[in-house]
Amino acid sequence: MSAYLRRAWIVVWKDVLTERRSKESLNALLFFSVLLLFIFQFALGPERARVETALPGLLWLGFILAGVLGLGRSFLVEQENDCWEGLVLTPGDKSAIYLGKLAGNVLVMAVVEAALLVLFPVFFGLDLTGAITAQVRARELLFPVLLLPAQVPVLLGAVSATEIVLAGQPLAEAAQWLKLLAAADVVYLVVGLLTFEFVLEGA
Amino acid sequence: MIQAQRLRKIYGATRVLDDVSLDLAAGQGLTLLGSNGAGKTTLLRILATLLRPTSGALLVAGVDPAREPETARAAIGMVGHGAWVYEDLTALENLRFWAVMGGQAAGPAALRAALEAVELGGSAAQRARTFSAGMKRRLALARVLLGRARLLLLDEPFTGLDRAGRKWLAEFLLDFKSRGGAFVVATHSFDAGLGVGDRVAILSGGRIVLDRPAAELGREDLHRLYDDLALGPGSAP
Repeated sequence: MSAYLRRAWIVVWKDVLTERRSKESLNALLFFSVLLLFIFQFALGPERARVETALPGLLWLGFILAGVLGLGRSFLVEQENDCWEGLVLTPGDKSAIYLGKLAGNVLVMAVVEAALLVLFPVFFGLDLTGAITAQVRARELLFPVLLLPAQVPVLLGAVSATEIVLAGQPLAEAAQWLKLLAAADVVYLVVGLLTFEFVLEGA
Repeated sequence: MIQAQRLRKIYGATRVLDDVSLDLAAGQGLTLLGSNGAGKTTLLRILATLLRPTSGALLVAGVDPAREPETARAAIGMVGHGAWVYEDLTALENLRFWAVMGGQAAGPAALRAALEAVELGGSAAQRARTFSAGMKRRLALARVLLGRARLLLLDEPFTGLDRAGRKWLAEFLLDFKSRGGAFVVATHSFDAGLGVGDRVAILSGGRIVLDRPAAELGREDLHRLYDDLALGPGSAP
């Protein structure tokens, strides 16, 4: 394995191991997801048709908001004990760190998305009441606020494609949206790889 | 190992470092003293290539870090305020992570040997979250041991260490120096600083106001000079 891939892999290993032990991001994201489901349920009421219409948008809104929060939290770990300083001083291409972080986040998000997919039908089949308070620090909120505009194409493509699939239409109908999503993936991945070193050095 | 000429660092209207010049050869240790806010950490961070000076010239390990950061960074080992320790990883896992990131051979035997060298062999499988500040500092030094650093930059390394830990660190630094390494130690501990550095420099208000061989300075001299130069004349009790 090349030094580049070894570095990317060790970042994934470190992030996943840290998360498995602390469960900080998973707990926060799952709690956040449940909170969203509560809010959606109250907002939409029991009317089935209304829920079905809004479902794709709500699902992706849940995924994206949870993803944005998770990404922010995964970088907060690097601030503890000034670990980011060590990352800045490591030799080699810094995009390996970005790639590792990306892969680690994808894994954590996969767990959260799986939980959301399971919880969605459960929640909308029950009559739940309750009050929830969430404590999220300002810096954790700032990141999503800044990032969300850049996610509009992803949100648009994902919601539209899911709508087509849930309506039982052929996948080919969603091709243009899937192409938009693939293009967005490529653009964001490349931009991330190219700019990560500058972001890290300027942190 | 370090050649710094008239380094200046300005944040807005605040001049944090002003005309700082210093030279440090291989096999030399410099103790940097100064009150809080004197600019010690900023100077260390510039030497570590974590910050760029507003003006001035700097060579680290013979290269300009602004032009060849990779070469300069390969020579640097740093233990800053934070020890670069991931709290939910064990000592061994922390070392493994930084070894791979640093492109070093990360075999279990080498990792354990580094932990043994800093007397953390018995805590290898313990999570860093359970470590005292002194143990985290030792873990950070084990990380430095694994690397090929020729220049150590240590910010308050004696803080949080007990008497035995201070003695151990002093011996570690003297040994590092004897093998041709150079170090800069920023500290508030006069005794420890005098014990390890070949030279003692006092930083006050962002300027180096004293740079002398440690052998010329007794403990009392240093206290008197520090009170006069860093705190202002007449500040001595």
